[in-house]
Amino acid sequence: MKEFAVELTNVVKKFGNVTAVNNVSLKIPDGEFFSLLGPSGCGKTTTLRLIGGFELPTDGEVFIQGEPQGYKPPFRRPVNTVFQNYALFPHMNVFQNVAFGLQMQKIPKHEIEKRVNETLEMVHLPKMGSRKPNQLSGGQQQRVALARALINHPKVLLLDEPLGALDLKLRKAMQLELKDLQQRVGITFIYVTHDQEEALTMSDRIAVMKFGKVLQVGPPEEIYEKPANVFVADFIGETNFINARIISINSNDVGLLVEEQFDVSSTRVPDLSTNQDVSLAVRPEKLSISKDKLEGISIPGSIKEVIYIGTDIRYEVKISEKTTLAIREQNRGDIAAQRFVKGERVYINWEKSNATILIM
Amino acid sequence: MTDKKPRRNWRLFGLIFPSLFWLVIFFLIPLFLVMAMSFGKRGTYGGVIWSLNLENFSRFLNPADPLYLRIFFRTILIAGITTFVAFLLGYPLAFWIASFPSNRRNTLILLLMIPFWTNFLIRTYAWILILRDQGMVNTLWTGMINNLFIALQAAIPYLPLEGVINATSRPLPLFGTDLAIIIGLVYAWLPDMVLPCYASVERLDRSLVEAAQDLYANRVRSFLRVVFPLTLPGVIAGSILVFIPSLGAYVTPDLLGGAKSIMIGNVIYSQFMSARDYPFGAAISFILMTIMLFGTLIYFRLFVGKGQSERHG
Repeated sequence: MKEFAVELTNVVKKFGNVTAVNNVSLKIPDGEFFSLLGPSGCGKTTTLRLIGGFELPTDGEVFIQGEPQGYKPPFRRPVNTVFQNYALFPHMNVFQNVAFGLQMQKIPKHEIEKRVNETLEMVHLPKMGSRKPNQLSGGQQQRVALARALINHPKVLLLDEPLGALDLKLRKAMQLELKDLQQRVGITFIYVTHDQEEALTMSDRIAVMKFGKVLQVGPPEEIYEKPANVFVADFIGETNFINARIISINSNDVGLLVEEQFDVSSTRVPDLSTNQDVSLAVRPEKLSISKDKLEGISIPGSIKEVIYIGTDIRYEVKISEKTTLAIREQNRGDIAAQRFVKGERVYINWEKSNATILIM
Repeated sequence: MTDKKPRRNWRLFGLIFPSLFWLVIFFLIPLFLVMAMSFGKRGTYGGVIWSLNLENFSRFLNPADPLYLRIFFRTILIAGITTFVAFLLGYPLAFWIASFPSNRRNTLILLLMIPFWTNFLIRTYAWILILRDQGMVNTLWTGMINNLFIALQAAIPYLPLEGVINATSRPLPLFGTDLAIIIGLVYAWLPDMVLPCYASVERLDRSLVEAAQDLYANRVRSFLRVVFPLTLPGVIAGSILVFIPSLGAYVTPDLLGGAKSIMIGNVIYSQFMSARDYPFGAAISFILMTIMLFGTLIYFRLFVGKGQSERHG
């Protein structure tokens, strides 16, 4: 049997009568960059704290390297944490902060010094050892927090929105650096974030959470292309939801009536029945717009809004009284010639496989 | 710009003038009077002969006749023990208060302060009622506890309780001892220890404790390496707030201490009031003040400046 770096089986955490984590089961293999993604209050941080030992589960079990953790306190678990606000010790300098974990494990002095210098080098902070945390910039503090955790060579590194306090540009740079670092050291990273783009950029797999439950687990492409439900589709990126009713179910395809007037077809998903109301989810960039009706799926509408974003042009097209679809077309130059104008009658087209049927 | 600056300075001076006036008249001038007096001599009828000699200081510091020095060191010892006991009681209390939700904390702080709305003298008299030979503690000791042991002895005759019964039949020597003074002083200044400690504990970032535990520090070590160093400024501030008034204590040793339990405050009092030796009393006051001043200065050097630069970061 293969052992997972971290495994959660039916973990429940209640605070009073609030259920923060509701029956979560996860299997995270060794060396994976795994993200817990969800809006604030979805239980992702609590899940991380349950793995770190800062909270104890009300029910279920947390395994680290196949070993049940039970009520083990944080200092007996082979994991380290990068805290949201870094939690650097303000009364110690950078060297002392980074050396802390090794000192507590009673590593000989000369080895501590060697490893601290190596680790500071690794996070690109050499010769900063004598600075106090408050003399460092946010990005530097972030690196110290990372070094302080990584120096202990943990089996699993837990990161609680570590880039949340950084400005956008630095955050983007740190995302790539973190991902690169994770691949170099080969440690399992469990990364909590509410930023879907961050999760998509960095993760091998993502667990999307809401109300303490895991809604979908999968690699970024799967989460984005094949969202399991309306929440995931809406939370990750932008999605158009089109009301539809199932009129026929074939071996591979499903025939649907969209907005009570247009026949379209889509790839079959399990658990459907005829006359069922569903949502058809299509990403704005998967839609195209044309002057005339094209082969395949092509439904009419009128342009309500044209927004120039720079990289893209965004159209909002009204297809019925209730429904307006967002469409993104890449700005490939020669824009004046192909640009549609407000009020123009157009057709919206998409590939059958690009629309996902979501049961409501 | 340049012609505006002096005017602003005058306005500033106008604002601080009342407090400056108050400090000069009621603080600085008396202070200089005491200092000047300490170099003087006692007149025949208790007046002050102004002069410039160090006789008063050498009398106090005389190693051949260490009467005053001995009282002085005893005072430091009592104040030190008082501070330490106040720390042992107050520091955990600060943590306990900080562990409540914030609305309950204020209630607890208020409860801590309520006794201090009563006159200090009355509260000290109350301790006499508790500690004296016929007081509450000893009534319990020679009454209920004594009877308990007698009954126990009667029920189980072979128990070796004779010594205990003997001890509990006589009142404990509490009133008029150093112990009574220390109890009184700890009681009097405990809030001054708790409040600064509480301020430090409340400000302590809990995630730092979690970080220490995450980095393999068990509870004891995360306390010693993280919690204690970070709350130390509060402990030091509280210690100064307890130590300094204990050093100058007068009412507590006067009421709760016996004839042998004199503190330096009582010596100063007797020099001014009974011996009518103002210059000697002034000299002792001045020595005491100098020591307190240096203690406070060292504290500010070591902790306050540092703490501020950390918070600004």
